[in-house]
Amino acid sequence: MKVYLLCLGLFCIGLYCILRKRNIIKIILGFIIAEYAVNLFFILAAYRMEGRSPIFAPDAKIVNMVDALPQALVLTAIAIGLANVALLISIALRIYDKYGTFDITKIRELRG
Amino acid sequence: MKLFVDIIPLFVAVPMAGAFLIALVARKIKWLPALITNIITIGLVFVSFFAVKLINIHKVLVYDVGAWKPPMGIGMVLDGFTVFMLTTVNLAAFFVAIYSINYVERFTSKWKFYTLFLFMIAGANGVVITGDIFNLFVFLEIASIASCSLIAFGTEKHDLEAAFKYAVMSGVGSLFILLSIVLLYSYTSTLNMADISNVLAQKDPNNIILMISALLIMGFGLKAGLVPFHGCLPDAYTSAPAPVSAMLAGAITKSLGLYAIFRIFYNVIGMNQALSSIFMFFGALSMIVGVILAIGQWDFKRLLAYHSISQMGYIVMGIGLGTPLGILGGLFHLFNHSVFKTLLFLNSGSIEYATGKRDLQKMGGLSEQMPVTSGTCLAASMAISGIPPFNGFWSKFIIIIAAVQAGRYGYAFLAVLASILTLASFTKVMKYAFFGKLKDGANSVKEAPFLIKLSMTSLAVICITGGILLAPGVYEHFLKEAVDVILEGTKYSSVVLQAVLK
Repeated sequence: MKVYLLCLGLFCIGLYCILRKRNIIKIILGFIIAEYAVNLFFILAAYRMEGRSPIFAPDAKIVNMVDALPQALVLTAIAIGLANVALLISIALRIYDKYGTFDITKIRELRG
Repeated sequence: MKLFVDIIPLFVAVPMAGAFLIALVARKIKWLPALITNIITIGLVFVSFFAVKLINIHKVLVYDVGAWKPPMGIGMVLDGFTVFMLTTVNLAAFFVAIYSINYVERFTSKWKFYTLFLFMIAGANGVVITGDIFNLFVFLEIASIASCSLIAFGTEKHDLEAAFKYAVMSGVGSLFILLSIVLLYSYTSTLNMADISNVLAQKDPNNIILMISALLIMGFGLKAGLVPFHGCLPDAYTSAPAPVSAMLAGAITKSLGLYAIFRIFYNVIGMNQALSSIFMFFGALSMIVGVILAIGQWDFKRLLAYHSISQMGYIVMGIGLGTPLGILGGLFHLFNHSVFKTLLFLNSGSIEYATGKRDLQKMGGLSEQMPVTSGTCLAASMAISGIPPFNGFWSKFIIIIAAVQAGRYGYAFLAVLASILTLASFTKVMKYAFFGKLKDGANSVKEAPFLIKLSMTSLAVICITGGILLAPGVYEHFLKEAVDVILEGTKYSSVVLQAVLK
């Protein structure tokens, strides 16, 4: 249980970074932290106590295996997250070209 | 029986293949990307119509990806609600693609626009068609990453700022959705939506479902831009190129946000009174806040963006009512909003194309110079403000009647109020942009090129004749099928799982 709460804590740190930090790079880092927290949670949800790796050999029993499906899904999620972060960073670079700063309080020409 | 089931993956495979094909050949042959995109979008429209026909006969069709049977493998499900959304999305994409041929001339690397555009369509179609909840997340991300890059396509200051905001917000939304998928998987041990619904029905109600619901509402609310989560939407719509704004408002927010939220809550988790109240509250809030913020705007596209939020509120309120009439009104408004909001954004783009302006105060008297834009904009304005016999009138009317029938007089009143305020703000648009005196230096303004006019005129015709979808004989084939799927609720699981066995 503690592990899950730690994971949630990590997610909250990420969200805090996204909402409160003024530097664009720090916002991206917050996003990465939150994303890793979710991926970690996915893997933890699949873990079984004293489980072993999900390789099926002729003499192995199925009972003690960890759940294999989330491990495959997390790979996809990580790849998607990478694409997202790459997009964010490339936009951040272009923003730096145009505005000459990473501070979002100075990049406020639009008012939502 | 399963003769035509193979058309189902085409909705995703064809646009995606087209995107890669464009990326391969575009450097050699400059005119090919536009041609490929238009052929694909027109093809998708015809396949959607064919799918509507198919669903009238078969009701539900399931395609097993890679020949693995659901619930083990990934299933693609085609039912009434799905074909309804596919038709809406692909129709919008088709008109936007025609429009883009002329509009995109101003950008340097046109083929990148078309590649991303096709990825966006593939993602939106994929979200609608998939029957697997993790697959839904993957398609959701394809569509949102493509739309983020398209918002930044002009790479001007404002575009980048808006794109960054949008990317962060939609990224956070995706994280919430992923988290809820994890919780749902660890609770039910399956990813197939029909199977999840099946397993949930056998378990007792539990607090974890509440948490999952909250996360899902937050995540999809961020994607759809409902009011507490709408922060990035007006900026994104304002800064993006006009075809992209039209696509975002007309197709992407609807399939990514609204379709997914209603599919999951009605067909997978199961609707109850509390959820219905929450949806109606969010809907009414978006409706009122959106329209009030819109009235004060002078930037044409920003005004349209706030109206988009407001009209999304109507849809959520209508479907959230949960009565057959309310769902019909909501779905019909979804279709209508897709048509007239696409048209309005295309109008704004056409004005920007001709004059380079977005500020209403600096326009004026354009109706003489740009008769087609002015006429189609008038049609769309009347449709969005709900003037009979335009399509917007029928759907708003049904939503209001449904709210009264359900005894929700307060919500009905708010819907009427929002409609009047919408009329007021579009009167302002018409007055400042098209009527009145011509501003200095605007004498040389020319009407937009032929393809832009063609696309806008066809959309205006749909605006005027849209009410025909309610006529007996047409209604049963298109809208009723979609309403039935939502109404059947969690019976969806048994229907789909039986269709797998056929």
